This record gives sequence, structure tokens and C-alpha cells, in this order.
Amino acid sequence: MSDATSRPNLPPLRLHVPEPPARPGEEANFDHVTVPPAGEARRPAADAAPADFRDLAYGLVRVLDDDGRAVGPWDPRLSPDRLRTMLRHMALTRAFDERMFRAQRQGKTSFYMKCTGEEAIAVAQAHALAPDDMCFPSYRQQGLLIARGCPLVDMMNQIYSNSGDKLMGRQLPIMYSEKRFGFFSISGNLATQVPQAVGWAMASAIKGDTRIAAAWCGEGSTAEGDFHSACTFSAVYQAPVILNVVNNQWAISSFSGFAGGEATTFAARAVGHGIAGLRVDGNDALAVYAATEWAAERARTNQGPTLIEFFTYRAEAHSTSDDPSGYRSANEGAAWPLGDPIARLKQHLITTGEWDEERHAAMDRDCAEEVKAAQKQAETNGILGHGMHQPFDTMFEGVFENTPAHLLEQARQMRDEREAAGI
Amino acid sequence: MNMIQAINSAMDVMMERDPNVVVMGEDVGFFGGVFRATAGLQAKYGKTRVFDTPINECGIIGVAVGMGAYGLRPVPEIQFADYIYPGMDQLISEAARLRYRSAGEFTAPITVRSPFGGGIFGGQTHSQSPEAIFTHVAGLKTVIPSTPYDAKGLLIAAIEDNDPVIFFEPKRIYNGPFSGHYDRPVQPWSKHPASEVPAGHYRVELGKAKIVRPGAGLTILAYGTMVHVALSVVEEQGIDAEVIDLRTLLPLDIDTVAASVEKTGRCLIVHEATRTSGFGAELSAQVQERCFYALEAPVERVTGFDTPYPHSLEWAYFPGPVRIREAIKKIMKD
Repeated sequence: MSDATSRPNLPPLRLHVPEPPARPGEEANFDHVTVPPAGEARRPAADAAPADFRDLAYGLVRVLDDDGRAVGPWDPRLSPDRLRTMLRHMALTRAFDERMFRAQRQGKTSFYMKCTGEEAIAVAQAHALAPDDMCFPSYRQQGLLIARGCPLVDMMNQIYSNSGDKLMGRQLPIMYSEKRFGFFSISGNLATQVPQAVGWAMASAIKGDTRIAAAWCGEGSTAEGDFHSACTFSAVYQAPVILNVVNNQWAISSFSGFAGGEATTFAARAVGHGIAGLRVDGNDALAVYAATEWAAERARTNQGPTLIEFFTYRAEAHSTSDDPSGYRSANEGAAWPLGDPIARLKQHLITTGEWDEERHAAMDRDCAEEVKAAQKQAETNGILGHGMHQPFDTMFEGVFENTPAHLLEQARQMRDEREAAGI
Repeated sequence: MNMIQAINSAMDVMMERDPNVVVMGEDVGFFGGVFRATAGLQAKYGKTRVFDTPINECGIIGVAVGMGAYGLRPVPEIQFADYIYPGMDQLISEAARLRYRSAGEFTAPITVRSPFGGGIFGGQTHSQSPEAIFTHVAGLKTVIPSTPYDAKGLLIAAIEDNDPVIFFEPKRIYNGPFSGHYDRPVQPWSKHPASEVPAGHYRVELGKAKIVRPGAGLTILAYGTMVHVALSVVEEQGIDAEVIDLRTLLPLDIDTVAASVEKTGRCLIVHEATRTSGFGAELSAQVQERCFYALEAPVERVTGFDTPYPHSLEWAYFPGPVRIREAIKKIMKD
């Protein structure tokens, strides 16, 4: 029992523990989500002062309206060819996810994470950034690699930890590292990449380079101290960086309220840090592109960092090890008011006469074939569990630039043990 | 030079030689550091190469890792080793593993400088010696100098090294070698031969211990401040001890250590850090594994006690001359 003194004239204090609007067995409820009309949000100049973003940090930048028309000042006016390419990259990302999810279920690898429903963010951002801008992704931006042209076979080799895996079987599936595509090594430790992106951007500025950096983390990870560190450093040094928060409503089983999202937005974190902040419809590829292009211009012209919250929904399980039916309403995905990013871009292209159902179906078939062919090729390099695909003593290499004596000794000991055991 | 001047000179030399070297940390810029280790560097190299940071160790290390990935060679300072803990995730999960997890695509060639150790009435949060936390991490190198000459040469080698290095500076001996007799005046470095420090570039190779006093009766393993405390006991007592300054804890120069113990048959380990799971435990285990048949007595450890570093009881806590002398007597008895 506590030894607190009793004050009978005051009400007892109560601890507030957030609770999502709907749990399993309940109807999905998005009454708390306000969706302003497309085209309503203003588009400030790229050199606007950070103090002038309050409305944009609490609003929602949207371009595509319910009929699939592009409206308002944020319309990036992209060519139909560019839009079709973006659509294809999004479809290819989804097809890749489907296939790799199934590969995990078939026991070909240990683990996978889909980005279903969030494809517009990574793909449209990859299109808006320059190819040599440096990306510091979380584990759910595989669309960056696909849009930047990374061979699917290379991604699959990593997922299978096979003989073609250039990370030599050291890393959990999907923790890619692709320097040639400006894609920083993914870490399992959440939000660590955000201050690292700021450091990369500071380095670029120190050297008088023209390249900028971008970081991604989920809304759940914004609760990590590293996120605050990144915001502070980026603001202090006016680092040429874009800090992207992908608010997909869920951090495994915890709804965004547990990241501090009940009474405010994640874009609003920018207001307190003195950073330009935008809140954007994450399922609207045109809005995603436009906001990123705007933030990139701001960074590239030494106007400082931008924090963008992409408002979206994690349409599927957190990972192959997760079952969302244990914590959220079964019909939430269908009830999500911002719809599906692929369907919305498709509708826009059809509305403008640049696309049709037949071509879309053919594209989906093409994507499925492309993924299937890549998978077949990757599997010739082996799948997880079918023996060691890398020489066992490679595990001692690369801890340091030059392998020190104690590691050489441990490698020798392992060789001797295996030899003695007849392996 | 004293040790601070030697450390300052190492950064000066490296900033002059390599435009990718940047120095950053709390109060290191305009002010030149709370211990003056970075004095004059900002005026010489400008604000974009030597700069103050927010009070945020996670950010300091995280930003340095990102700069390293870009291609810079950052030398971040953590004001006291006691405050390195907020940066631990970035050091352990990121800096130490970046090369391994990316199969060499990205590296973190950073050197984290941090004053450490007690004997200065620093109390609980200005005295700690957390080296064992870092030697336990695969992918980090841990370096601790004990003289101005070594401090400069080791720091230059650390900055030039392409792996992340934790560089702990024993602040008790910044201004002069400390005998462990807290009631006697400390001699300035100028009376010590290792205060002769070349002005230009030189390296003291990482991973190499130094026999600072040859002997045949007993091997004493120490680093940082404790090298001088052990030496003063040995000289005062006229003991035929071989004193080895490890200088780099990881990678450890076990060959020099083992050769000495093979010769003397006795081993005393001295460190200021707490005892349990301290670096002395690793040293003791390796000496026992390699020199078992040469040992004439159990390997002994004189260390800080397994308590937080107390303020007013500092000289009871500090592994000083009395405790070292008694341990030597015990080892030599058999």
C-alpha cells in the first residue's frame, strides 16, 4: 500500500491509457479522421519560414479528388508517361510483396514484411528525389529500391540468404543494403537511421555537395529518442534533409495513440522543432510526389529540413510473424477513408484518358510474370534452410576492416572443431 | 606537451592532413572544450569543421555515423564517459555493426573521444570507467593512452583507422602522471620523458601493448592512470615487476601479455573500473587459458569495488598504492 496522504476534497488521479476506436469483433470507426477536400491545402513558397506551416502540419495535402481528378496548387503536373511508370512501380512492389509473402509461407525464407497500402509513399518519393539523393529507409520502403531499378533477383537473393546474397547471409530478410541505389543499410533498431540521415545531409553541406538526404520511419518509431535527436540536429544546422513519418496508424498491435498521436498530428512535431511541416495524404501518389519535390527543392536551396507526415494505413499484417485479427477490427482496411493508392492513381489515369482496365490488367499480369521469373532465377542460388550458401568462416570477416587475431583464432578453432567432428 | 596538448595536437595534425576530419561535441567549438582539448581548432579550421552540438549524445553519435557513411572522418567528443550511455544504441547497434551488416558497403570510421576515470573527486557521474561495456561489443576498438606521446600517436592512428574507435582519455593524468598518493603534489608532465611529443604526424599502432618497465618476478597489466600508480608502487617497493601498458584493449595484444607471464609466472591486473565482468576478468581468463602451466600463483585483480563511484570515499574506493602493494605481497608469497 502506498503511503500517500489522503486529500478527501480532491478527486483521485486517473491514468489515461489510450484505446483504439475499434477492436476485433467491432465495426471499424474512423470518425476521428478528418479528410479535407482535395486541392484545399495551400502551397507555400519553398523558402517560407518554418513558423508559417502550422495549418499545413494539422491539415492534409491532397491532390486527387474522389473522381480521380488532380486539383489544387499541389498538382505536380506530371506527364502521363511518368504517371504510368509510377503506377507500374507501385504494382510491381505489390506483386513482389505477394510473392515473397508466399515464399515465406512455403518455408523458403524465415521472414517477410509487406508494404501493402503504402506503395505510393516510397515509389512516388523515389520519383521525386534525384537518383543520387541518399535514402535512409525503414524496413517498409522496398518501393524505393523497385522504383530506382534495383534488380528483383538481388532483393530476393537477400531474402533467401542464398549464394547470391551480397550481404553474405548475415542479415535478416528485407534488411537490404544497396549503396549503388542510394539506399542505406537497414537496421533492426528503430529510428536509428533518422539522425544518421541528418548527419549524412550535414556532411553533404559541409562538403558543399548538392545531394540531399531523406529518412523514413513509422509513426510508432517517432516515440524513440533518436527521432527527437534528428529533429533537433536538423533544425539547429538547417540540414538538407527530408524527415518522412509514415503514419500507417499501427505499430505492430499498438495504434498511433501510443506514439502520442491522440491529440495532435505527427507533422505537428515539426512546429515545436522549428522545421517546415507538411501532412500529406499518403495514398495519393500525386500529393506524395508534390510534397517530396517541394521539400527537396527547399533542402537543395539551403532553406533547411522538412518533416512530412504521410497519412496512410497498414493494410496487412505487420510482418509474417503477426496476425492483426488479434488486435484490430477486421474491416478497418476496407473502411479506411483514403482508399488504396494503386486504385486511386489508376482511376486518375483512366479519368484523364491515359489508361484503361485492359492495360491495367495486362500490367498486373506483366508484373506477376516479372516477379515470378526473378524468383525462379533467385532460387537457383538456393533458399534458406537448404544448407550453408556461404562458406562458414565468412562470418568472421568484415567485423573490422582487417580481421584481428582473436577472430582469426576463433575461425581456426571452428575449423578444427568441424574437422574433428567430421563435418 | 601535457596530455591535453598532445590530444589537441593530434586533432590539429589530422584536420590539416585530411579535409574529411571534422570535430564536434558539446562545447568543443568556440569555447575549445571543457578540458581545452579542442582549443583553437575552430578558429583555425572554421565552424563547419569544428562545431558545438546540442546536448544530445544519441544525436552526436548518430549524426557522426551518418557523416561516416557519407565519407567524412568524424571525431565526436562525449564530454564525460559517464554520459556516453544515451549514445550506446548508436554505438552498439549501428557504428559497430555497419560494416558487417552491409558487407562493407557502408562504414563508420569515427573516433569517439571521451574523458574517463576517477581520482578527481568527480563523484558518481564524473569518474566512471565503462571500457568493459565497449570491449564486449564486436566491431568496436577500445583505446586508452597513458602518456602524452602515446595519446597523440594513438589518437592519430584511431582517426586514420577505418573502424569505429572508442578513445578514452584518463582525465586524472591530463596534466601529469599520478602516483596514486593523493596527498602528495602531482608532478607536471614536463618532468616525464613521454611529454616529448613531436609536433607533426606520427602513429602509435593500435593493438600493441608496451612494456613500460621490464622485470622478471611478476607481470602487472594496467592501462590509463593505473599504469602510473602501479609503476610508483613497484619503484617504491623495489619489486622486480614487468609493468605492461595495454594501450589498446581491443584488439588486445595478448602475445606481449602471454610472453611476459610465461617468463614471470605471476600476474596482477589493475584497473579502476568495477570488478565484476570488468576488463580484468577477460585478461585473467586469457592469461589462465594461455599460461596455465607457467603460473606459480593465482592471477589477482586489484580493481574498483562493485559500487557506484562514491564522492567523499573516493580514496577508499580508488585501487591505490596500499591495495596494489598488498596484492603483490599475496602473489609473491607462494
